[in-house]
Amino acid sequence: MAAEALGWWGVPLGILAGTLRGSAPFLFVSLGECLTEKSGKINLGLEGTLLMGAMSAYGVSYLTQDIVGPGLSPWLGVVAAGFSGMVLGAIHGWLAQQPRVNDVAVGIAMIIFGSGLAFFLGKPFIQPQAPQLVTLNVGGWSSVPQIESALKLSPLFLIGLAIAPLLQWFFRSTRWGLYVRAVGDSPEAAKAMGISIFQVRMLSIMAGSFLAGIGGACLSLYYPGVWTERISSGQGLMAVALVIFAHWNPVQCLWASLLFGGAQAIGPAFQSVGIDTYYYLFNAAPYILTLLIMIITCSPKRTLIGAPGALGQED
Amino acid sequence: MTYRKTSLRLSRRQVVRGLLATTAFGITAKLGTGCTAAESDSAASGSATGSGAENVVVGFIYVGPKDDFGYNQAHAEGAAAMGAIEGIQIIEEANVPETTAVAETMRNMIEIDGAKVLFPTSFGYFDPYILEMAEEFPDVQFFHAGGMYQDGMPDNVGSYFGYIDEAEYVAGVVAGHMSQSGKLGFVAAKPIPQVLRNINSYTLGAKSVNPDIITKVIFTGDWAMPVKEAEATNSMADQGIDVVTCHVDSPKVVMETAEKRGIYCTGYHANQASLAPKGYLTGAEWDWSSVYTQLGEQFLAGKTLMSGDIDHILRGGLADNFCKVSDYGPAVTEQAKTDADAAKAGLMSNELVIYKGPIETNAGRVVLAADKELKQQDLELEKMDYLIEGVDGSVGG
Repeated sequence: MAAEALGWWGVPLGILAGTLRGSAPFLFVSLGECLTEKSGKINLGLEGTLLMGAMSAYGVSYLTQDIVGPGLSPWLGVVAAGFSGMVLGAIHGWLAQQPRVNDVAVGIAMIIFGSGLAFFLGKPFIQPQAPQLVTLNVGGWSSVPQIESALKLSPLFLIGLAIAPLLQWFFRSTRWGLYVRAVGDSPEAAKAMGISIFQVRMLSIMAGSFLAGIGGACLSLYYPGVWTERISSGQGLMAVALVIFAHWNPVQCLWASLLFGGAQAIGPAFQSVGIDTYYYLFNAAPYILTLLIMIITCSPKRTLIGAPGALGQED
Repeated sequence: MTYRKTSLRLSRRQVVRGLLATTAFGITAKLGTGCTAAESDSAASGSATGSGAENVVVGFIYVGPKDDFGYNQAHAEGAAAMGAIEGIQIIEEANVPETTAVAETMRNMIEIDGAKVLFPTSFGYFDPYILEMAEEFPDVQFFHAGGMYQDGMPDNVGSYFGYIDEAEYVAGVVAGHMSQSGKLGFVAAKPIPQVLRNINSYTLGAKSVNPDIITKVIFTGDWAMPVKEAEATNSMADQGIDVVTCHVDSPKVVMETAEKRGIYCTGYHANQASLAPKGYLTGAEWDWSSVYTQLGEQFLAGKTLMSGDIDHILRGGLADNFCKVSDYGPAVTEQAKTDADAAKAGLMSNELVIYKGPIETNAGRVVLAADKELKQQDLELEKMDYLIEGVDGSVGG
């Protein structure tokens, strides 16, 4: 059972493994937020959606394991997480498009509503163990157990990897993508084209929330694989900042998510090889990274490249 | 649509800035946890409902959910045992933060539910909330889990706590036997005295069977950080550590991750054997049932803190049933069981002293000379601020 110690190699490997394990929620939430913001509305409530998704995925996986078996029930959980996200998204999409309603304010309300609802409904699921998603052992070739365990990939992560370029292609090359961008950049022009702004935004927000809900399923059904009320620790909000960092570009969202996922592993990885000083600082790495990004990207002297034109405008 | 023209317009830049500011605020204030659904339910006591006037109403307040496989579950199980006594009715509220919210909960329990005894269980409830409420309601008894009571505090406040490091010592003996690599892992939340004492006792237990053993400590920084706890466990497994344990609010993540990585674990707070059926060796559990049952019977007999019938400071270890050692898991060898049982018997009969010189910190400072020892009751141990030799980690952040 004893494995050879890796020593210093544990740090890069730990961060790499942490990246592969921990970036999926960031990826899904940021892709969802990217789609939402491209249509010209902001959905800050994705933190609540993430929690709701995590709770419903865990709950459904637990409750259906006897009916459909432990192989299929986590996938039902993933679907349930997506749909619970969509319901929250629909509420946000409808509210945020009412006259003289500020979408940022609605988003904050949705954080509180989503997390409160998840905590309330999630009470019975804290203790039981739900069946987890299968992992793909990509590292089977390696004889080093550490590498083998680091390369246990979640299929959801791979799906996320595929969605990022797909979303890019969707925005660039499809008619529907053009609609979303048109509504986000210039609602007047979109209206002149005969596109329903309300419907496009509603669908974008709902689809974005669907993705964020699946992000929650990654947390509760893959890594760390439990449902607790502290499961998200602000990941939904960080993902919103990450979209700005990524300049509303889905593929850059992917790189940014990997960076944030890896940042979470820095503190524990350093401590495990004996760097004991400043562990509070290393543990805070993701939050510090968020702050740094804000300082770097948010300058009053220039506009952000890639920002949808109608983002934050009253319609 | 003309009214829209007059509405407040925000520039794109303002909104982006506002968005970022809110994000920052949300992250720092942990907005997501700001709203928790308070849950309050009354446990059915054996007696008929409606005759509340005869029942002694006892209120329990928890900082987290009641079924977290951890600190709160241990207390809730104890509360259920107290509620089973005829004539005692318990009321509970979970997820009460360590803020003025707990003062409101206490007030409600006293004024609306008629509670005569309160058990606000979390460490941070004590100062100032329990102290303030105790001044205001002198005929209500307040019991706090933790070592914060001092002479001169209100008469109706008492504290109780267990020397759970005795159980950690026994778990350390088992871990020391079972580790092939000679390296143990300890996922800890914060370097406070109770946590350090558990780490040190665990290491001393392991060193009693294998003097060369090393305990690696990783501090996650807070009581509930599921992702960091999983990362810490994984990093330890990567470093060849083959037995992990933890001192965090809910050990569930650490136990499950250890089981997934195929390494051993020892539990904390409550019994986590069901989470890691293969790798769970043993664990240090609170045994509040016996303490609470005892107190409940004293309440029924009319004994109070104010009259001096109940001690203001209740302390105990394995011998007094304040804590217990989980049943050994299937992997534990006979040799480990024998040594662990011997250690347990020694602790229960007070023959074995955990902190017995010479003890040095891992920085080389001598804390206990060769001819000295600190008994469990020694208050010196409640001020522990060091990690002993054999622990790989540091207290200062």
